[in-house]
Amino acid sequence: MTSLAWLIPAALVLAGAGLIAFLWALRSGQFEDLEGAAYRALEDEPPDDEIT
Amino acid sequence: MTAHPTELATQQAPAAAPETLVLAVDEMHCGACLRLVERAALRVPGVESARASLAAKRLSVTFDPKQAGEVDVIAALDRIGFTAAPIEAVQQDRGDARQKYLLRRVAVAGFAAMNIMLLSISVWSGEGGSMDPAVAALFRWLSALIALPTVVYAGQPFFASGFAALKGGRLNMDVPISLAIILATGMSLYQTMLNHQHVYFDAAVTLLFFLLVGRYLDETLRVRARGEAQNLLSLQGGIATVLGSDGVQRKVAAHALHPGDRLLVATGERVAADGVVREGRGQIDQSLITGETLPVGVKPGDQVYAGTLNLTQSLKIEVTAADSATLLAEISRLMLAAEQGKAHYRRLADRAAQIYAPAVHGLGLATFLGWLAFGAPWQTALTYAISVLIITCPCALALAVPAVQIAAASRLFKRGVMVKAPDGLERIAEIDMVVFDKTGTLTLGKPQLIDETEISDADMAAAAALAAASHHPYAKALVVAAEARLGAVQPVSGIEETPGEGLMRREGKSEERLGSAAWCGAEADGSEGAERSQGAEVWCRRGQEQPVHFRFADAIRPDAAETVAALKRQGYRIALLSGDRAGIVEETAQATGIDTWHAGLKPADKIAWLEARAEEGRKVLMAGDGLNDAPALAAAHASISPASAADISQRAADFVFQGAKLSPVIEAIKTGRRARSMAFQNFGVAAVYNAICVPLAMLGFVTPLIAAIVMSTSSILVTLNASRLAGGGRS
Repeated sequence: MTSLAWLIPAALVLAGAGLIAFLWALRSGQFEDLEGAAYRALEDEPPDDEIT
Repeated sequence: MTAHPTELATQQAPAAAPETLVLAVDEMHCGACLRLVERAALRVPGVESARASLAAKRLSVTFDPKQAGEVDVIAALDRIGFTAAPIEAVQQDRGDARQKYLLRRVAVAGFAAMNIMLLSISVWSGEGGSMDPAVAALFRWLSALIALPTVVYAGQPFFASGFAALKGGRLNMDVPISLAIILATGMSLYQTMLNHQHVYFDAAVTLLFFLLVGRYLDETLRVRARGEAQNLLSLQGGIATVLGSDGVQRKVAAHALHPGDRLLVATGERVAADGVVREGRGQIDQSLITGETLPVGVKPGDQVYAGTLNLTQSLKIEVTAADSATLLAEISRLMLAAEQGKAHYRRLADRAAQIYAPAVHGLGLATFLGWLAFGAPWQTALTYAISVLIITCPCALALAVPAVQIAAASRLFKRGVMVKAPDGLERIAEIDMVVFDKTGTLTLGKPQLIDETEISDADMAAAAALAAASHHPYAKALVVAAEARLGAVQPVSGIEETPGEGLMRREGKSEERLGSAAWCGAEADGSEGAERSQGAEVWCRRGQEQPVHFRFADAIRPDAAETVAALKRQGYRIALLSGDRAGIVEETAQATGIDTWHAGLKPADKIAWLEARAEEGRKVLMAGDGLNDAPALAAAHASISPASAADISQRAADFVFQGAKLSPVIEAIKTGRRARSMAFQNFGVAAVYNAICVPLAMLGFVTPLIAAIVMSTSSILVTLNASRLAGGGRS
């Protein structure tokens, strides 16, 4: 029974981490342009904000 | 098409904070375009960041309003060949925000459903056996802890919609959904407190999760269609080149033009506002406004309309009416008014809910009262009533229509038809009459060379070499015909173009001319082809040889007659409505086998005709492309447009089809009808499921485990049935 004491919180924390990661990704615009992102990965040049 | 209070060119407000601008950039199709567009925008001084979205075909830019303006970015994109138009912030937010709102709730409900199910399965399998009752109680409390905030948060879309419906004295699908979820959660909490076994948190939250997924998919389809329509609408005005009093040219968004501005319209550009020609003469393609394929000649003093295409030579135009005062805007107002009439259409799912919701509530109440009457304690009676609500909970019913619509839309998409209005599929299934427009719908909307066999290869090659230098539609048609017969056309240099007359090339003493009869010194044509081509002709003279005659006509789509015949066989009435002259309309009607035709109709006449049919009880599918058809498209019961149609017509239509063939019209009707019968099958599945399970639930035989299994089985059945429609490859 003592194993439940840490198994349940562990399950909740891990799943919660997944949920928070998803909500963060949604908020930070990771799902804005699913088509364009595929092409951006193939871009040789660094992104513009890294050139300056 | 809304009026903009400030002129964009002078939008230099002294705000310190950077401003954000969203532009529709429609020609962006690949990763390379994406980078080009972003780079070009970033190179504009004052622009701080630029991020393009390929899925939405939009670019969002933040800039310092002191250094840069909207116009600079648009002009920069114009220089690299992309047309961009601003989208108003109010328009672009709504759909995206709603989509994210739902997706966040899907995520939360999914997280909760997984964890509660984990706890519930342990309780179900261990209870009464090896499981310590204290642990079971702990698991139920943990479930409650996860379920309560989830239901409050993720249930909002259903509660809000159900409450709004009740306040308006109506019932919709969300009322029984909300009631079942709230009652199940409340009752489970009560049972948990009393340490009883009948706890339904898993059922409530899983149900919420599945329903939210369905809602989200439905919204995605709708947002996508709406976003594309907004892009089209913003782009149709585009940008205009204004000539300042100092002679300096600057680019201005079309909706910021004022009467009195002088515009420079280059060859191949669309006129951005209604106006009067001040300098230059040439030919204008007015097909967008009148539906006529043949270009119209204009000279100083002539009126030109917004949306028409300048074909031959750059013109200087003085604006007489801009933005919301143009003929274009007038037509779009007519269209919106017609659309309002269609808003009364009640969707299949809502009609089902009107019958379903009272039945469910009645059964729930009957269960509660019945068990009380037989002397059961009120807790038991309420538990059984809730299980009736859960088991009947319209999971399958709520999925029945959206699942079919998504499957049907993907089937049509593979076959080159885009579904723009989600309920268009329901409406197209009900039609009993098909009305075609002529130009651009039954025909391809482009002139094509006729009597080609009378022309020798040498004449063809010489004429095409001259024609290659011109943007005129006849010249283009000539080049296309020559390429089809002779392969590549070799362009020649030293060609002079006289707008409205023709092309000429001198070589030593001999000269080659291509153009009007007068230009080539030929007699006016009186032969038998003249009626058919309606004076759409070009002559070619080489040196002193006899001039050669090329005649053009708007070609009928290759399978138009076949499609009309197939529709007739299926029992649809067919009619042809056109703004064109009677002779040409009659000929097209005969060629395609249409018996009922009307010529010379204005947009308002077409609406009147459609309304007369609607009063006879007919449900009409309107197929049209021109701007003059847009109001009729909006007024008809269902509508379809070719992809070559005017932007505003595509916006008005429920469906847009691609390619030179007319057969997608049949495909759209067929798929609509299949989708409807599929939706009814799904209602049938849901009804059978309810007929079996509701009596069991009312008698109190259904445990949470059975409810969960049976409920998801019915949902899966409905989804699988719908996916049969999406099958079949690309055609």
